Amino acid sequence: MRDRSFTPSRALIYLIVTLFAAAYLAPLVVVVLNSLRTNEEIAQSSMIGWPQNWAFGNYAMAWSGFCVAETCAGIRPYMLNSALITIPATIFSTLLGAVAGYAVSLWRFRGDNWIYGIVTLGLFLPQQMRLLPWTIVLRDIGLINTLSGLVLIHTIQGLSFTVLFCRNYYVAIPHELIRAARIDGAGFFRIFWRIILPLSAPILIVTVIWQFTHIWNEFLYGVTFTTGQQQPVTAALIALSTPVADIPKQGVQSAAVIIAALPTLLIYLFGGRYFVRGLTAGAVK
Amino acid sequence: MAALSIRALSKRYANLEVLKGIDLDIESGEFTVLVGPSGCGKSTLLNIVAGLDRASDGTIEIGGRIVNDVPPKDRDIAMVFQSYALYPSMTVRQNITFGMECRGVAKAEQEKALANVARLLQIEPLLGRKPSQLSGGQRQRVAMGRALVRDPLLFLFDEPLSNLDAKLRVEMRMEIKRLHQRIGATIVYVTHDQIEAMTMATRIAVMHRGVVQQFADPDTVYRYPANLFVARFMGSPPMNTMPARLEADSNGPVVVIGSGRPDEVRLRLQGYDAAASYVGRDVVLGIRPECIAEGDRVFSGAVGPPVMVTAPVELVEPTGAETIVLLRLGGEPAQARISPDIRPTPGTTASFALDIRRICLFDPETERLIA
Repeated sequence: MRDRSFTPSRALIYLIVTLFAAAYLAPLVVVVLNSLRTNEEIAQSSMIGWPQNWAFGNYAMAWSGFCVAETCAGIRPYMLNSALITIPATIFSTLLGAVAGYAVSLWRFRGDNWIYGIVTLGLFLPQQMRLLPWTIVLRDIGLINTLSGLVLIHTIQGLSFTVLFCRNYYVAIPHELIRAARIDGAGFFRIFWRIILPLSAPILIVTVIWQFTHIWNEFLYGVTFTTGQQQPVTAALIALSTPVADIPKQGVQSAAVIIAALPTLLIYLFGGRYFVRGLTAGAVK
Repeated sequence: MAALSIRALSKRYANLEVLKGIDLDIESGEFTVLVGPSGCGKSTLLNIVAGLDRASDGTIEIGGRIVNDVPPKDRDIAMVFQSYALYPSMTVRQNITFGMECRGVAKAEQEKALANVARLLQIEPLLGRKPSQLSGGQRQRVAMGRALVRDPLLFLFDEPLSNLDAKLRVEMRMEIKRLHQRIGATIVYVTHDQIEAMTMATRIAVMHRGVVQQFADPDTVYRYPANLFVARFMGSPPMNTMPARLEADSNGPVVVIGSGRPDEVRLRLQGYDAAASYVGRDVVLGIRPECIAEGDRVFSGAVGPPVMVTAPVELVEPTGAETIVLLRLGGEPAQARISPDIRPTPGTTASFALDIRRICLFDPETERLIA
C-alpha cells in the first residue's frame, strides 16, 4: 500500500509542483482575463488586471467583426482556412502513415528498413531547411498561396511522425495473424482494412491528436506560402496583432487568440487521456 | 496418390543452411508429424509448404501439382498456428468465414460450411464471441474450425498445442487424433514434443540440423531408431546409450559393457546378423529404460528365463505410475523403469531383468543403427 499521509517532504513537492503549474498557466490566465476586458480598460490600466466590466463582446468582435488585413470579417474565415488545411492533412497523413507503417512492420520486402529510416529522418530535419525545397515544389505544381498546397506539405511532413508511430505499434502485432490471413486468401489491403485497422484505434487516436495539434498550430509554412485570404489562423493572428487602427485592441486580440487556440485545447481536454493511454499501449493479444 | 511430395528441398539464409535437401512423400490421409528440437528447421519446412516462405532449391508438390510459385491461398491448404492467430476484432463466426469471404464463396454456402464445422467441433455456442472471450482450448478449437471449413487437400499444424497447459494439451491431442480418424484428412503436424509425435502420427519425420534423420511409422522410429540422435530424442526417459564392445564366441555374438572391468556385463545377442562385421570392434549399445526391469519381470513374448544382471542403484525416482531407477551397467549409467511398488535402496545393488531382444547397436563413428 502506498503511504498517503501528508509529510513535510510531500508538502514541499506539492508546493514546487504548484509553483511550476502557476508559472506555466500565468500567460493563459492573462490572455483569458484580457479577452474579457474592454480595449479602453486595458489601455488605461495595464495588461494585467481583473476585468472591471465583463466584455463578452470581444469574442463576437474577434469572431466576425474585427478587421484583419483590410477585410473586416474577424478571424472566422481564417479559422475556416485552418480547418480546411488541418482536417484533410490530418486524415491523409494518418491514413498514409498507417498503411506505410503496416507495410514496413508486417510485410518484409527488400529495403523496408531503409525506407522506414529515410521517412523518419524527416523528423530530424529543421523546418527552415525545408522551406526552399517546398517553395520550388509548390511553385512548379502551381499550389503557391493555396490551401491545397499547405494540405500537401502537412500531409507529407506528417508522414515522418505517423509512420514512426504506426510502425512501432504494428511491430507488436503477431506476424502469425498476417500469415493466417494470407492463407485465408486476403491480400495487402484487405488484411489492412479488415484485420489491422480495427486493432489500430489507440495509435490512430495518438496520431490524429498529434497531427491535428501540430498542423493547426503550425505557423511558418502558413505565413510563408499564403497571403491575405488564404492564410491559416495562426498567420492571420500576426496580421491582427500589428495595430492597423490607432487604438490598440488588446481585448479583441486576446479573444481571437483564445478562439484560435480553442480547437487544440478541446482536443487536448477530451482526447488527452487517450493520447497518454495510446502512447503506452502495448501489443494486441 | 501422394498428397505432398517434397523433393531435394533446401533453404539458406545468407550463410546459414536451415534445410539441407529434404525429401518427403506423404500419402493422402496420413498424419505426418515433423518432430525435432527447436532450430531443426521443421517450422521453416512447414512455412515453405504453406507458401509463406520460399525454398532456395527443390520442389514442393501438393496433390500432384508443383506449387513453388503458387501463392498460399491457391495451394489448397489450411494452417493452424501456434498462437492460433485468430483475428482479434472478428467474432468466431467471422474468423471461420473470413477465408470463404476472401474467396468469394456464396453466403448460403458459407453458412452451411460454418454450421457443419461448428457442429463437428461443438463450438456453436461460441460463434458470436470475440477471441478474447474464449479459453485456450476454445481458441484452439476455433483455429481448427477455421482450417476445417476450407476442406483442403492438406492441413498444416504448427505446434498447435504448445500454448496450452499440460492437461488441456493431452485432451486436445486426443481430440485432434479423433478428428483425423473421423474425417481422414491429410495432416502435416509440427511439434517439438516427441510424445505428441508418437501418440498421433501415422508416420514421423524426425528432423535435426535441417536434415530428416528418419521417416517411418512411430513403432519403427521407436524400436529401430535410425541413428543415435533419434534414439536419444524419442522416448522419455530417452534410450540409454553407452559404449560397448562386440565380441563373439562359438555360440555367436556377445556385446560387452565395461569390457575388462570386474563388473563387466556380457549380453549374448540373437538375431543380430547385421552386426557380424563389427565383431571385435567398439559399438554404441542402446537399450530403452523399459527393457531394464525388476528381477521377476516377465517381458511380453519372451521365451525362457530373462537375462539377469546385478547392478548398483544410484538414484530412485518414483513417478507414481512406475519407478525410474538410475543404475550402472558395467560402470555406465542407465535408467530403468520398474514397477511402481518396488523401491530399491540407493547405494545397494539389486538384480534387474533385461529384455535383450530390443537392444540396438550403433556405429560409434557414423552413429547409424547397425542392428
